[in-house]
Amino acid sequence: MLSPDWIKERIKGALPDAAVDVVDTTGTGDHFEARVVSAAFSGKSMVQQHQLVFAPLKDVLATGELHALALKTYSPEQWAKAKPELPTRS
Amino acid sequence: MLAPELKARFDEEVKTHKIVLYMKGNQLFPQCGFSARALEALKPFGPVHSVNVLEDPAVREGIKEYSNWPTIPQVYINGQFVGGSDIVGELAARGELEALVKGG
Repeated sequence: MLSPDWIKERIKGALPDAAVDVVDTTGTGDHFEARVVSAAFSGKSMVQQHQLVFAPLKDVLATGELHALALKTYSPEQWAKAKPELPTRS
Repeated sequence: MLAPELKARFDEEVKTHKIVLYMKGNQLFPQCGFSARALEALKPFGPVHSVNVLEDPAVREGIKEYSNWPTIPQVYINGQFVGGSDIVGELAARGELEALVKGG
């Protein structure tokens, strides 16, 4: 079972400048949603942005320990326009 | 390392069908909420060719290497990898899926 903080640390390990929020959406420690804002996303497509976040989590995604990580990624410019809310645990 | 025959299979599959969805379960019985969500987002834009990755472990692992994307579902439109359920949902919400299907 993984924790939101553990996932957050992994992501920040790969994207040190990132502002990261992680929510366990089911309370079961395997389904999460993350919102990540990083300058590394500037000029990148959504696929490329998500790949940057998945990269440091490949091992736990491969084992299924992390079943799902819903992502919302923003460059600082995109974030200035969007600023959506994260969902609460359902 | 992705086996050449598997790569050839994926190349062929995503070129032959306009919309391809690698999913868990089939269209009548998706076995994962994210696969179901991707399917629902795609359906309005034409027939979806779906591949149930649970039927073949080699396909399930191989497709992740093919796209450098670690999760299922995976969506391909006009031969191009588009993303997983988040991205497809986002593109649908922005009204950009139709153009993607029509283009190419």
